[in-house]
Amino acid sequence: MAVSQLAAKPATMAQALTRAMRDAMAEDPTVHVMGEDVGTLGGVFRITDGLAKEFGEDRCTDTPLAEAGILGAAVGMAMYGLRPVVEMQFDAFAYPAFEQLISHVARMRNRTRGAMPLPITIRVPYGGGIGGVEHHSDSSEAYYVATPGLTVVTPATVEDAYGLLRASIASDDPVVFLEPKRLYWSKAAWSPDAPAEVPGIGRAVVRRPGTGATLITYGPSLPVCLEAAEAAREEGWDLEVLDLRSLVPFDEETVVAAVRRTGRAVVVHEANGFGGPGAEIAARITERCFHHLEAPVLRVTGLDIPYPPPMLEKHHLPGVDRILDAVARLQWEN
Amino acid sequence: MTVQELPGAGASSSYRPTPPPAWRPRKDAAPLLPDPEPYRVLGTPAAEKLDPELMRRCHAELVRGRRYNAQATALTRQGRLAVYPSTVGQEACEIAAALVLEEQDWLFPSYRDTLAAVARGLDPVQALTLLRGDWHTGYDPHEHRIAPLCTPLATQLPHAVGLAHAARLRGDDVVALAMVGDGGTSEGDFHEALNFAAVWQAPVVFLVQNNGFAISVPLAKQTAAPTLAHKAVGYGMPGRLVDGNDVAAVYEVLAEAVARARSGGGPTLIEAVTYRIEAHTNADDATRYRGDAEVEAWLAHDPVQLLEHELTARGILDESDIRAAKEAAETMAAALREQMNADPVLNPMDLFEHVYAEQTGYLREQAAMLRAELEAETE
Ligand SMILES: Cc1ncc(C[n+]2csc(CCOP(=O)(O)OP(=O)(O)O)c2C)c(N)n1
Repeated sequence: MAVSQLAAKPATMAQALTRAMRDAMAEDPTVHVMGEDVGTLGGVFRITDGLAKEFGEDRCTDTPLAEAGILGAAVGMAMYGLRPVVEMQFDAFAYPAFEQLISHVARMRNRTRGAMPLPITIRVPYGGGIGGVEHHSDSSEAYYVATPGLTVVTPATVEDAYGLLRASIASDDPVVFLEPKRLYWSKAAWSPDAPAEVPGIGRAVVRRPGTGATLITYGPSLPVCLEAAEAAREEGWDLEVLDLRSLVPFDEETVVAAVRRTGRAVVVHEANGFGGPGAEIAARITERCFHHLEAPVLRVTGLDIPYPPPMLEKHHLPGVDRILDAVARLQWEN
Repeated sequence: MTVQELPGAGASSSYRPTPPPAWRPRKDAAPLLPDPEPYRVLGTPAAEKLDPELMRRCHAELVRGRRYNAQATALTRQGRLAVYPSTVGQEACEIAAALVLEEQDWLFPSYRDTLAAVARGLDPVQALTLLRGDWHTGYDPHEHRIAPLCTPLATQLPHAVGLAHAARLRGDDVVALAMVGDGGTSEGDFHEALNFAAVWQAPVVFLVQNNGFAISVPLAKQTAAPTLAHKAVGYGMPGRLVDGNDVAAVYEVLAEAVARARSGGGPTLIEAVTYRIEAHTNADDATRYRGDAEVEAWLAHDPVQLLEHELTARGILDESDIRAAKEAAETMAAALREQMNADPVLNPMDLFEHVYAEQTGYLREQAAMLRAELEAETE
């Protein structure tokens, strides 16, 4: 999807997401937005702002407060040919809906031998760094990526927010659309070096070219990695930054090509390290790039603790210093 | 008024206590309440108004359903089915649910409701795919508008609500009938579905088959509600209590609820009081939690006998009708036996076919691995 399709370019990720839903709803009458507070209020993050007004309450619906009910009803709606876009208010409040997600949403295509695909987009604001109280900062992507049948994407730029959400809504498979809430109002995520194209789901992109090592990241950690790469210049390290954008499907070719080029890799994400997506990525890199590697693949992740209280979250989140420390451990003297 | 100005925040002397603004309930609860006794038709004066045509059809389906249950149970003993949750004793609910719907309507069965799906037109062999173990559901839900037989309890109920809601938004005349067991009513999804349905006034009918047990747990340990039908009132929908072994009564109560849903009157919760004659499945030992006397008492209130007795007494059914129904049932059973005794031909490569619209890279890799393994096996 070319960016030129964006007539008036949204300035923030929040606006891009709203715009994506608005355009999708205008083009396709089967697209329905639903969730808690998404109507009159426009969502607690105002991502659905104005949709109920423009399209009516039948197309942008305030539901009762019940996540399993929201997703379960969306399953039925999708069975009848609608394209529900559901909002889970916060990452940790999606958990009551996991039964529906795992037992039905992810399997309906498979169970019906392809006769009943479910085109549902599940928007989940996720991740920390906003000083939220407990249950407002989880990075739950490991649960989603471990469930076959789900597509899992997460934008880190304004353009991707628009393009990936449009692609998710258009997808005939259920998509878990993880929104890095920390980046909702930030324009910093946008890297001017990045190609201005969103080629669709399942394509990673190099946000910053480099030759010495590759930082592999996604979502809220992208700006942190870009900052780290900038800082690394002082040490004489030329870092490449790769934004996965899509965790499932995983763009193994782009990752493998990058690591073969640089010979060193650090995976960076906010989710807990143990059993996190970084473990999978590191394993794949080791399998495919063993003879190209100058150093073990390292991970810089959230700690393996329940998400900490706001005053301590800075110790949990992967920051520039931890990333640089990891880069330093990539045995540069070799 | 700011918080500082609120009474109690400071030393305000102008505050005078007054009663709160008048409160009134949103709805009169009385019309929503279920009858004190399960509604019955057979054996009561209400049976005078029976539709002979419909009743003969119900009878034939009940007989066929009883035979289907027996055949499927036999197939589990022969190892042809991994498991079969029998509906012997509950056939009236299964058949009424299937027959009451129009072609465009949708049925959302629980894992036990194979018979309802077959009575609605699903191929008897296809209906057993899940239980035979060759695919999870396998059939195309659109073909007869039957959602996949649902193993997790009560999770199909919000689907029914969503589908009915979607159909109404699209201006289609579609009612969804969702089935659930007494145990399933304790699940959170039951609550969320009923609440959504009532708030949205979705054209849904919820049919609870209260067959006495959730595996081994009796209703008394499942709920403290007066009846399961009473639960409807809290959501703002009518609750109906019906004798689940009386096919005429179940059909009538369902038909009334379907008509209400169709005309925009919103959802209904129906509790059909019935009994599970056989064990939960072949893996269950029912003697551990119930006595023979209880089963005997229910056997005396058998849905097939009940209808046959009424219809023959009224001259609606004769010996030859009964014989014809039995013969048709035998033909169905023979065909089922024959088809189920043939080993299904399965292609393991199908495992990768329906996970995503487009296969992911790692699925392609794993498919290649399996293909190589299969080729090595046949060499
Ligand atoms: C969510 C969930 N929990 C547990 C089970 C295991 N299980 C299968 S059937 C059953 C009892 C169901 O009882 P009820 O709802 O009364 O239906 P019935 O079997 O009597 O038709 C249980 C506990 C399940 N299938 N799904």
